[in-house]
Amino acid sequence: MSKTNFWNDLGWGVGPILLGLVLTTLALMAVGADPARAYATMWTGAFGAPEKFSNVVDAWVPLVLGSVGLLITFTAGLWNIGIEGQMVMGAIGAAWVARTVDLPAPVLVPLLLVAGALGGALWALLAGALKVYGRVHEIFGGLGLNFVAMGLALYLIIGPWKRAGIASTSGTEPFPPAAWLPNWPGLSVGPIEIALALVSLALVYLALRGTLWGLQLKAIGKNARAAFWLGVPTQRHWLGAFALCGAFAGLAGAEQAAGVWARLIPSISGGYGYLSILVVLLSGFQAGGVPFVAFFFAAVTKGSVALPLDLQIDSALGGVLQGMIVLLYVLSQGVRAKFR
Amino acid sequence: MRLEFQHIHKHFGAVHANNDISFTIEAGTIHGLLGENGAGKSTLMKILSGFIRRDAGEIRLDGHAVEFKNPAEALHLGVGMLHQDPLDVPPLSILDNFLLGRQTRLIQDRSAARADLQTLSQRFGFDLDPDAPVASLTVGERQQLEIVRLLSRGARVLIFDEPTTGISLPQKVKLFETLRLLAQQGMTIIFVTHKLADAEDLCEQVTVLRLGRVVGQVTRPFTSAQLVQLMFGQTFATRERAAVAPGEPVLELRDLCVADYRLRVPHITLTARAGEIIGLAGIEGSGQRLLLRACAGLDAPVAGEIRIAGAKMNRQPYRAFLARGVGYLPAGRLEEGLVAGLNLTEHFILARRTREWLVNWNAAQNHARARIAEFNIRGDPASRVESLSGGNQQRALLALLPLDLKLMLLEHPTRGLDIESTLWVWQQLLERRQRGAAILFSSADLDEILEYSDRILVFSGGRVAQALEGRETSAQQLGELIGGKGL
Amino acid sequence: MDTNLIVLTLASVLADSSPLVFAVIGETLGEKAGITNLSLDGTILLSAMVGFAVAFTTDNLYLAFLAAMLVGASVASIVAFSSIVLKLDQIAVGFVLTMLCADLSTFFGNPYVRKPGPAVPHLAMPGLGEIPVIGKIFFDQNAVVYLSLLVILAVWWWIYKTQPGLQLQSIGERPAAAFARGANVNAQRFVYTVLGGALVGFGGAAYSLFVKLGWSYHHTSGIGWIALAVVIFGGWHPIRGAIGAYIFGGLQSLSGLAQSVPAFANVPTQVFQTAPFALMIVALLLVSNQAIDRFFSGSPISRKVWQSLRGAPPGALGTVFEQE
Repeated sequence: MSKTNFWNDLGWGVGPILLGLVLTTLALMAVGADPARAYATMWTGAFGAPEKFSNVVDAWVPLVLGSVGLLITFTAGLWNIGIEGQMVMGAIGAAWVARTVDLPAPVLVPLLLVAGALGGALWALLAGALKVYGRVHEIFGGLGLNFVAMGLALYLIIGPWKRAGIASTSGTEPFPPAAWLPNWPGLSVGPIEIALALVSLALVYLALRGTLWGLQLKAIGKNARAAFWLGVPTQRHWLGAFALCGAFAGLAGAEQAAGVWARLIPSISGGYGYLSILVVLLSGFQAGGVPFVAFFFAAVTKGSVALPLDLQIDSALGGVLQGMIVLLYVLSQGVRAKFR
Repeated sequence: MRLEFQHIHKHFGAVHANNDISFTIEAGTIHGLLGENGAGKSTLMKILSGFIRRDAGEIRLDGHAVEFKNPAEALHLGVGMLHQDPLDVPPLSILDNFLLGRQTRLIQDRSAARADLQTLSQRFGFDLDPDAPVASLTVGERQQLEIVRLLSRGARVLIFDEPTTGISLPQKVKLFETLRLLAQQGMTIIFVTHKLADAEDLCEQVTVLRLGRVVGQVTRPFTSAQLVQLMFGQTFATRERAAVAPGEPVLELRDLCVADYRLRVPHITLTARAGEIIGLAGIEGSGQRLLLRACAGLDAPVAGEIRIAGAKMNRQPYRAFLARGVGYLPAGRLEEGLVAGLNLTEHFILARRTREWLVNWNAAQNHARARIAEFNIRGDPASRVESLSGGNQQRALLALLPLDLKLMLLEHPTRGLDIESTLWVWQQLLERRQRGAAILFSSADLDEILEYSDRILVFSGGRVAQALEGRETSAQQLGELIGGKGL
Repeated sequence: MDTNLIVLTLASVLADSSPLVFAVIGETLGEKAGITNLSLDGTILLSAMVGFAVAFTTDNLYLAFLAAMLVGASVASIVAFSSIVLKLDQIAVGFVLTMLCADLSTFFGNPYVRKPGPAVPHLAMPGLGEIPVIGKIFFDQNAVVYLSLLVILAVWWWIYKTQPGLQLQSIGERPAAAFARGANVNAQRFVYTVLGGALVGFGGAAYSLFVKLGWSYHHTSGIGWIALAVVIFGGWHPIRGAIGAYIFGGLQSLSGLAQSVPAFANVPTQVFQTAPFALMIVALLLVSNQAIDRFFSGSPISRKVWQSLRGAPPGALGTVFEQE
């Protein structure tokens, strides 16, 4: 890469972020808030103390896992908006194991993670089958299934899995301690989650780059017709991509249930599925950018949690900032291509 | 309306599609425009009808130089074009299509338009039901609608682009009758065609284009021999060719019928043996592509039987055809064959269809380098396919086909290639034949068909003629058959 | 069940479905021209919020609806600009806008959460409202409901009965043919997308100003997605789309009734709330699946009936038009 190219790329990358910050600042001023204090609050909310920082990592893990899965589906040219529901089904799968299987932690935890991945994969396969066999666009299939999955989680929480005596939307009975992912003392995050995220990222990065399967997926995503001509089984790969993405999403859901909440709650997926889509868009569909963009987004998400408490500003500010940046980035890519 | 082209030039990138074209067409005549694919006919007609802008030159209507920025302006000045695939809106009714672009008021005067449509239809003896959806019409009927529509908008110069390609014989008779009537009424008719017989039948004068230039003009009376001479630039001498003893049957077609939404070609029966080259001749879109794709397992035939090396292959998936040693070379290089965004190495890996799980990039690169050298592709292993020239893309496509194929199905294998590349491609194909492959190829180039085919299958007007012996066929004969004469 | 209850139920379905109707009609208009505005769910949320906020602060309903329409038009203009001028993927831009608008609605809507505000007043049509049954269902409503009925008819009339509407159809079906007949394809695509967005915005305000009064977090509960699916289900036809919207509304109120049936007493409300989305998938499966096509193609009559029921997307939906 030549030097001018590098600065060019940097400008086109940083520009949208700066402009996004400017617009978000205007939004803050519009509601009469002090932008400097708001950003300071977000900063301390994310990095002010070790336990705050561990919350950021809590959000980073599902974002990375979700993005890793989405890298697969996007490579195959698919919009897996159903990822949010796949996370929920992962959490449900993990909760089911945690509630029904009585085994020591070293066996139970892996089992529960596998159940989560399976739950997500099956749910994703449903969206995939709807697309491949039913010709229902994956956006509608996936989105509809998201709502169904969330409804199912709610039903379980209020119905069959309700806490003894009270049916409340606050969640199920906590899992038995053997089903908890081990955390570092005083923090809400442990080594297993981080290892899961990093290993998944590395695996998918390598698989997409280094295997025949990854190459075939890439060919399908760019030109399914030509890929078919070259002998790539397109339908099978589409279904496989859905299942794998669902597995990573399910893993994220299981991790949230067993690692962060230690129970099933209604909004267990926390919007991390949809947010992962934004992460991948802003990473330019490249695995290399994912951990950093995910970290930025996790910090913004967790940092803005402090806003309503300290400044009476809605925490959706974080989402506004994220959405603004991704929108401007996508638009800037179009402008760049047009005037090249 | 008298129409003059003066020194028209048009470039597309490096291609000089129209090179100093000048000629005149008198009002009230039917003027033929003849040429091979890529001769520049379409470009010239799109310029005349306002779809594209010329780079230089002048168009004069009745002596006045005219300019138009878009087709609507061209039509306003009296130039209307009928496209090969009629440029109408199929889900809408005939009346709606007739109304489109005709009135500018908010509420249409449908009854006036209906009356207009009916009067005009009657004048030419067209049977158009105003309320029928255009999607339900044949190409011939859609042409009739377009004729009526353009006339009602005041067209005085009418361009017909390959109008006889998708229509039946009675419709063709009707169309010719209409064109003569229009000419009598003082319209200027430009008839763009490949078909010698049609030109001979209909046109008072014919201008022939080749490689973007006017290469000749003939005025009635003329013979199709003269046209062939002008179109292909030479008369064909019979050639010597190495005799090949055909081997086992590789491909057997029994009463096969292939079809798409607009064309149906029934009763194809053919046996291709190892070492045989069969050329598929005909105007593009006469069914050659349908046959090739059916034999490749990409489209299911409507009826009949396909056998490859003895085994019945109907309803088998594409992969089964691949496994049996069938290779298909599509014409749409970047649409159907190559994946834009991937490089050559990646293509070679995909095409090898190995069971290897991990990609050995070093080995793949070496393999790619070897194939690139072997197939003389100007590019390196990391070149993205969309950055290659057309000729090199074609070489890459050929290189992607396995070496040990039993049956090669090639769609326009040398289209758009320079002479050197063309010779090279054929040298490759002849080598493959020596190794026992049977080859079916389609081409718009009669010379190519005659030079290489052991047998020739001529497609015309939804029919396939009995296979001709390549050795015994003359260009004259072939040209006439393609033009629908004596089929 | 007595007739009175049925009449009341039908009347409430007609009223409660009106935001969905506006959204479906608006989106149909844009898609007819060839552009998918996937941001619908976000647009509705944001316009519902803005509509309520303006009504709350100014006490002026006209201003409220106007502001909501402006929001819808602005979001749609981003979609139109990015797909026509920048040639960007309509799905990517639409999705990002969905997310952004949802967060904007939450952020700016915070001060208005669960505040009582003005509502669209009831307005029985004098005379017509007295007609038994019909009058109760159709003419004992408010101005927004009347307008929703009017919009269905007006858009249907515009598309199928006027010259510009004919051109609109040709632009979405075969832009090259429209261009050859003198249409400025991209300019018209822009206008219809923005106009459609304004209608969607109007629907958003209808939601927060009478169907579900007020403002709360994610107040419109996903009807934007339902609207997108109903456009497909309705075969890109305004009247069939509206019927689809009423079917969804009707089934939703049926599920409301089902909750009062003892057999379903243990099923939580939240489960019923997901029913429309399951229904959405089933509906799309019904109109997209080839197996169902084959089933109906058995006899010529059933094939004709089915084809006229399902409708086809505009031929050039989602594609870029470029003059040669």
